[in-house]
Formats: sequence, structure tokens, C-alpha cells
Amino acid sequence: MALKHKTPLIDELEKGPWPSFISDIKQVAERKPMCEDLLGVMEQSYMDKEGHWKHGGIVGVLGYGGGVIGRYCDRPDLFPAVAHFHTMRVNQPSSKFYNTDILRKICELWERRGSGLTNMHGSTGDIILLGTTTDELEQVFYELTHNLDMDLGGSGSNLRTPSCCLGKARCEWSCIDTQAITTDLTNEYQDELHRPAFPYKFKFKTSGCPNDCVAAIARADCSIIGTWRDDIRIDQEAVRAYAAGEFAPNGNAHGTGPSALDVQKEVCDLCPTRCIDWDGKNLKIWDENCTRCMHCINVMPRALRPGTDTGATILCGAKAPILEGAQLSSVIIPFIKMEPPYEEFKDFVDKMWDWWMENGKNRERLGEQIQRLGLREFLKALELEPDPRMINTPRYNPYIFYDPADVPGGWEIDGVAFRKRHQA
Amino acid sequence: MATVDHMGKTFEIDEDGFIDSFDSWCPEWVDYVKASEGIQELTEEHWKVIHVLQDYYQKHGIAPMVRILTKVTGYKLKYIYELFPSGPGKGACKMAGLPKPTGCV
Repeated sequence: MALKHKTPLIDELEKGPWPSFISDIKQVAERKPMCEDLLGVMEQSYMDKEGHWKHGGIVGVLGYGGGVIGRYCDRPDLFPAVAHFHTMRVNQPSSKFYNTDILRKICELWERRGSGLTNMHGSTGDIILLGTTTDELEQVFYELTHNLDMDLGGSGSNLRTPSCCLGKARCEWSCIDTQAITTDLTNEYQDELHRPAFPYKFKFKTSGCPNDCVAAIARADCSIIGTWRDDIRIDQEAVRAYAAGEFAPNGNAHGTGPSALDVQKEVCDLCPTRCIDWDGKNLKIWDENCTRCMHCINVMPRALRPGTDTGATILCGAKAPILEGAQLSSVIIPFIKMEPPYEEFKDFVDKMWDWWMENGKNRERLGEQIQRLGLREFLKALELEPDPRMINTPRYNPYIFYDPADVPGGWEIDGVAFRKRHQA
Repeated sequence: MATVDHMGKTFEIDEDGFIDSFDSWCPEWVDYVKASEGIQELTEEHWKVIHVLQDYYQKHGIAPMVRILTKVTGYKLKYIYELFPSGPGKGACKMAGLPKPTGCV
């Protein structure tokens, strides 16, 4: 069927061996005028070399301040079917487990009340329902909450939908129950999730082990990453079997099949703190120097496992570049037992949010605020002691700033008098 | 921009139903908006929020952050959502005649 608009420029995006979202939208455009105009407005943007979506828009459902992102086209005269093209974010189940029944119902709902286009999933983790009109918002919200038992996710300056890795559901390395934590945080912080009150967005992401499959350390304002504080469990027989080529290294991730593993070269020499010795028979790990990088465990999953005294490391401050450059999270709590009802963690969250909201500028992420006011101020607000584990290479950092209040007797510095004595 | 008439006044509104300019605000505007915002009867508490928003806007030229609004009014955010079901940005700012808040997605 011929589509309404000619689209030679965006048709280029269908070429090549990879899947194309243009081909996907064209399939739907045959039955949805909204998607026809969506292709049209994109072609127009490519011709004009500027976008034709207005910035933002303020729409939502009653009772919630987030979950709907307003989109209006600035050429409704040319593309009337996308005059409104709002996005709805739907809170995904922890670890994104679905059955096909619920997926069919979501698609049916969106086919009926929206464009039919979905994005499974957005980078925050939500199900993204792309394109509907203002009139449909309350209807979709009603059906989601009443018929599908699902809720809207976060958008705007609020808590974004917490997300996590597969955790203990599928992964033997998971040191914490990531799904239980994510569900608990989602329920506990409903107000913060639906009614924006923060200076800017805030994300919790939970990974079961330091492999960090949800990239919590790079993306979450508060990253919860599973770890252990005892020793890596070693099955010496299995290490020898890897060396002898009885098992496929790396869980056969490289497709080599069972092949001899050079333990010295592939494991010991690649350990970032060189804390592993291999004498050809036995593997020895100096766990006090282990930084939980997971490399040795990843290479020999049948021989090495995380310890049994498990919990999480809490890190804060990651974000993508918007105002400042991209930032990774920094360790704030080196080890915490993450067990229900997570009271210790929630006390920490309350203090963190109080400090951020009290001092935060509009659109300032937590990480940027820590940078502006200093990690020391952040730790004071959290009532936490500085710890060498908060620093990347503590043994190489000679700078220690003592706080006069922490030193018996203290001291005072008269800046003016100092400058008189040191005039140059 | 669309035009609406209400109680003898004419207002220009954008696609989200915000008034074109703070200078065009008048109490009739509040009466016009309340129905679409799901508000039955305006109480003193509604007016308190509206006046706080307007005072802040006149002083600073922008809408206050939510935290400031809750502090100055003494109302918890959840209560503000009870007063203005579509929220302080979409509901209360619209009624107070403030420009549309520009939020991040």
C-alpha cells in the first residue's frame, strides 16, 4: 500500500543488514494514520535539518505528576495525525519478566488507544508506549491500572522507575535479591515516583554482582551492587580441569568449546591487583587485595564463585553528560547487608535525599551536587566516616584534609595574617 | 492559539490549556480552569497555593521549585495533589496564570 508521504531520505535508514525502525513503523503505518504522519514529520525534519517536535509539553493523568511525556508536532497543518503524540512510560516488572498474555494485552491496549508503537524497553527500564492523544491518557491509565495491574513509571524531576538485573532468578552470581529490592523500593517510594519533588531525576539501579549487568555504576544516582565480604570460593579440582582443557573457559562465551586454559596468562596476569597465584596445581587468592572485579570468576565459572557472606556496595552520583560530563558512581557504603525490610538502606536514602533537596539547584543531579559541595559535605550529611574504600587508589593519594573539629584542640587559620607573612 | 470565552472574558490558550500571558490572568480564569482540573469547589487552601505561586513568580520571574512551594504553604506534596489533582506544575501553575513549566522528560 502506498503511504501518504514520500520518504526518500529516511528510506536510506532501511538499507544495510541491520533491523530498521523505519521498516517497523512502515508496517504499522499501513493501518495507522498516526504512524504515516510520524514518517512524514521525520522526513520533513531530515529535509529541514531541524526537528519538528516542540520542546516538552505538560500533560499527565490526574493524581500523578510523572509518567507521561507531552509531545506536540509544530506542523499540525501538514501532519494532523501527530498533532499530539504523547509518550507514556509504564513501570516494568522487576527484571522484565512477562508472560505472553500480559504482553498481548499491552499491545492490544496500545493498538486500540495509541499508535501501536512500543519501545521495549527505554534505557531507564520502563515499557515505552509511543504516541497517543491527550484524550486517551486517562483511559489508558485506567485500563493499565484496573485491567492489567500495571502502573505508570517515572518521568520529570522525580524518582525514575527502579530497575535491576535478572538477579537470583537466573544468575548464580547474584549476591542479593535484586528483584525483591527493586519491588520494595518501588512500593516504598510511590510518592517520590509519581509526584515530582526533586531538583532533578533520580535513579536507583540494582545489580546482583559486580559484573553490573544493568550498568548501575554508570547510570544510577544510587547504584546498589551485590558483593561479598568473605573469600571467593575455589574448587581446586575444577581449576585443574580448566587448565587441562576439560571445560570451556568463560562459560563458552567465546565459542571455543572445551579448551586448555592458560590460568597464569588469562587469569592471574589479568587480575587488576595481581592477587592470584597459580602454581600449576593450586590456585591461591589473596582476598584482602581483591577488588571484586569478577574477572577470574567470569573466566572459570565452574571453579570460582563469590563468597557466601553477601550484601551490597552502595555507590552514588553516576549520570550521563547534560550539565557536566558523564560521571561514574563513587563508593559511599562499602558493604551493607541488603535484607528486608532494608531499614538501614532506607535511613541512608532519607538522609541523602534531604541533603540533595535542601541544597540542590534546579536540574542538578546528585553527582553534580557532590562535585560542587564536596564528598566530605555529603558524608557529613549522611553521618558516615570517610573510608579508604571510597577512593580509587587510596595508597597513592597523599592528600588528607583534616577537619579542625576532628582533631583534639583543633586550630584556627587567620587568612589575612597568613597572606601578610606570605606576600608573593 | 485557541481562544475561549468564559464569564464575559476572552482568553488565549496554548495546546496544554495554559493562558498566553500572566497579565491576562483574572479570577474568572481560575473559574474556567477548575472544571478541567477536576476541582469541584475552590477553597481557601486552593487560593493560598495560587497566591504563593503568583507572589513568587512576580518576585523571581519563574515558578518556584516544588520544595519551596511545599515549605511556604506548609502543605505536603501529596496534599497539593489532592487540592490540584493534576499537580502543582500542570494544575496549580495553570490556574495561577504562570507560564507552562518546562520539565525534563
